[in-house]
Amino acid sequence: MNIYDLIFYLFALLTLVSAFFVVTNKNIVHSAFYLLFTFFGVAGIYVLLGADFVAIVQLIVYVGGILILLLFGVMLTNKITNVEIKTGTINIFSATIGVGLFSGALLAAVLYAPWKESSLQEAVPTTGILGNLLMNEYVLVFELLGIILLIALIGAASIARR
Amino acid sequence: MVSVGLTHFLVISTLLFSMGLYAIITRKNAVMVLMGVELILNSANINFIAFSRFGNFGYSGQLIALFVIVLAAAEAAIALAIVLNIYKNLSTVNVDEVDNLKD
Repeated sequence: MNIYDLIFYLFALLTLVSAFFVVTNKNIVHSAFYLLFTFFGVAGIYVLLGADFVAIVQLIVYVGGILILLLFGVMLTNKITNVEIKTGTINIFSATIGVGLFSGALLAAVLYAPWKESSLQEAVPTTGILGNLLMNEYVLVFELLGIILLIALIGAASIARR
Repeated sequence: MVSVGLTHFLVISTLLFSMGLYAIITRKNAVMVLMGVELILNSANINFIAFSRFGNFGYSGQLIALFVIVLAAAEAAIALAIVLNIYKNLSTVNVDEVDNLKD
């Protein structure tokens, strides 16, 4: 077992344990903070896969943006004064059975599929490569995403202050 | 113990996907449902990047993961705007109580 495997198991444990706490915790604010650790673990897994730029974007956008947005949603839609930051649960029994069966089937498919792996190249810094792809091959997708983001933010602002 | 390969990453993303699905099904609060959606998007991203690393597809997988992150940001903004509006009109955000179209 080398150091790569050790770090992988560390980040995998961090991700899965904190994700488990996210889905089982009764307090929404605690769930949001456990979600922070999940995102951090996922960013570590990205680094282990040689995707350094995506890992940094994950930290900036998810931890710095989406998580703060979710916390704002919690704070604005719950009565802080009478400690009503709980979330109820519905149909736990059927959900446990259904999700258990589904994830079992998915795990079996993943474990027994004959994946063809190409030989691993050395991981290189990806920022320049991704920038070149973004400006040449994927420039249409890039521009469309910019327009979608603009429309989404205008729509969100106009919905929220109606 | 086998050294870490493609299957390990796929197992991680499968488990993350299952937990996101569980959160979406069982939680009442709309913000918790959103957190489940974020977990599922993250698991999809792990898959994209793992196949981009272990397959022979160049760097397209990482780029698609970036696009998914951008769309997740847009989705979170709009969904929270809708949740705020629901709270203003019905003063609850439990998805099982929001069942009337117009009052």
